[in-house]
Amino acid sequence: MTSVPDNMPNDKQVSIGKRLSRMAQSNWRAIIVFIPYVWLLLFFLLPFFIVAKISLAELQISSPPFSDMIEWTDSGIMTIRLVFDNYLYIISDNLYFDTYVNSLKISVTSTILCLLFGYPIAYGIVRSGPTVKPLLLFAIILPFWTSFLLRVYAWMGLLSDQGTINNLLIRLGIIDDPIRMLYTEFAVYVGIVYTYMPFMILPLYANMEKLDISLNEAAADLGSRPTNTFFKVTLPLTIPGIIAGSLLVFIPATGEYVIPDLLGGGNVQMIGRVLYNEFARNTDWPVAASVAIVLLFLLVLPIIVFQYYQGKASERS
Amino acid sequence: MESSNTDMPWLDRDNNKPFVEIRGLTKKFGDVTAVDNVDLEIYRGELFCLLGGSGCGKSTLLRMLAGFEFPESGSIIIEGTDMSSVPAYERPTNMMFQSYALFPHMSVEKNIAFGLQQDGMNKSEIADRVHEILKLVELQDFKKRKPQQLSGGQRQRVALARSLVKEPKLLLLDEPLAALDKKLRKQTQFELANIQEQVGVTFIVVTHDQEEAMTLSTRMAVMDAGRFKQIGTPTEIYEFPESRMVADFIGSANFIEGRVKEDGADHVLVETDMGEVYIDHGHAVVSGSKIWVAIRPEKISISKTPPAKAGPNQIQGIVDDIGYLGDTSIYKVLLENGQIVDVTSPNHIRPISRKHAITWEDKVYLNWAPSSAMLLNS
Repeated sequence: MTSVPDNMPNDKQVSIGKRLSRMAQSNWRAIIVFIPYVWLLLFFLLPFFIVAKISLAELQISSPPFSDMIEWTDSGIMTIRLVFDNYLYIISDNLYFDTYVNSLKISVTSTILCLLFGYPIAYGIVRSGPTVKPLLLFAIILPFWTSFLLRVYAWMGLLSDQGTINNLLIRLGIIDDPIRMLYTEFAVYVGIVYTYMPFMILPLYANMEKLDISLNEAAADLGSRPTNTFFKVTLPLTIPGIIAGSLLVFIPATGEYVIPDLLGGGNVQMIGRVLYNEFARNTDWPVAASVAIVLLFLLVLPIIVFQYYQGKASERS
Repeated sequence: MESSNTDMPWLDRDNNKPFVEIRGLTKKFGDVTAVDNVDLEIYRGELFCLLGGSGCGKSTLLRMLAGFEFPESGSIIIEGTDMSSVPAYERPTNMMFQSYALFPHMSVEKNIAFGLQQDGMNKSEIADRVHEILKLVELQDFKKRKPQQLSGGQRQRVALARSLVKEPKLLLLDEPLAALDKKLRKQTQFELANIQEQVGVTFIVVTHDQEEAMTLSTRMAVMDAGRFKQIGTPTEIYEFPESRMVADFIGSANFIEGRVKEDGADHVLVETDMGEVYIDHGHAVVSGSKIWVAIRPEKISISKTPPAKAGPNQIQGIVDDIGYLGDTSIYKVLLENGQIVDVTSPNHIRPISRKHAITWEDKVYLNWAPSSAMLLNS
């Protein structure tokens, strides 16, 4: 027992040194965690509140073209004016509702198309040989080297009435008159599926790469035919990849502006175009802001549902 | 070797048809011949081990039996039916994978039921079979768990249950115990052999662990570079290795080069540069030819007192090193010609008084029984 007090100060010295290094460590941790939070705060949350504020203002001929939220009366009383007219206007006008529905229809359909084409491609890459695999992956990423806008313009050249595809089909004698492709919904689908395909393939690839081939062998060994093995083993195990890829396609596709504008012309109404028109042509910032806020909620909803199911899944295992 | 032929069907080929026949089987991967023109017969109820180092072709052979790889030439006949080109999902075999390959998204129960569902069995029957097999592997309380919620040993038993539940004609096991720690592995070796006896299914086990093969198998094949070096019971392989490779791979052995001096019907005398080796049984050797003799370390006795009279099977040397393993000790004895001979000796008595104990630099005399030395063909 006598030796214990002797050791005490020594122990304390060690623990102080340790505590200091731990403090420095936890400070670093705090700083590293802090930076992304500040980033999100400054460049996401703050702009979001500004947009939300504008959506609750009134159109005014001034600069900026909307009313202030906070006004001071002559007697020094602060009044807060929140105008919900913009939201009521969006809800009451069928144009907006139809456009939202049309945007969702196009983005959901494109997501499904991306999944249908992307899934076998990702599977093929995973199962390809060690020399071909990096080449195939490179081919998926290669389009990003070229400007997105340039690639959309290239599709205009391909799809137009005097474009490459129509000319080729006429030359081959398959058709007599050009098929109208540009400025149709078809062209918009082509553009969106083409542009967002890598965002579907890459998460699927990352997910499938982790799958153990011996699971397929085990299923076959237990008497399961290849198609059955796909639906009972491979597909359930790639659901995380399917969800991740689908969100990465669905979210940007819903708000897509450039593709419907360039490839759809005036014939395909998507919410991104409406938003741009309200903002730039009508200079109606409050309505444009409301459209953006409603769109945000439409997009956040599926993410919340996804998070909820993921949380439940991780609870179970 | 007197034994009833029901226990050893391979000794009575006239009355027993082999259950699995492998004829001239060859498999190549590019330029590499993984399995090279192999023949093998396995009988019903056997627990047959394929033993060899990594890359010897044992796993490829097993995968061909399962139907995951298809041979370049040769045939695999199971119960009289040629299976060489039948896909895995139509073969009467099941496999237990080294990685277990349990479906991570299914519970223990569903993993085991998966194979039965493929046969279109009705639900109540599946439930009965799953219940029964879970009882056999003692996992009734874990049936609702996912594989990742089980310990390594439990996963191993689920994998075994899943491969056994379909009552396959032939069960293939790829390194079934490799992922377990040493203590659990030893215990599971005996469990596995007991289960095999209970269900009566023919087992083919691939392993790189010679102790595992010795404990488990009725017969085993030692494989090297795509070929069988020797096929036999564990005793045959250990006591009568045909080649230096087999003698060295199974257990350890001291190798001595010599020349056949006498080749009698009931004995062989080999002359070596450390004295004569006398073997008390006949062997197909040519008198005067060069030959390798192998002697297992545990068959040599070591003593500090010189032998009463000179004769064959005696050498002397100096203790160069001692390895104390507790139950036994390994002595490395340096001979006059510079060769080192390993001798293992059980520690029968606790060396409280160090007087009689053999220690470093002691002069020791080694000898072995006339039946101990083994003649190798190559």
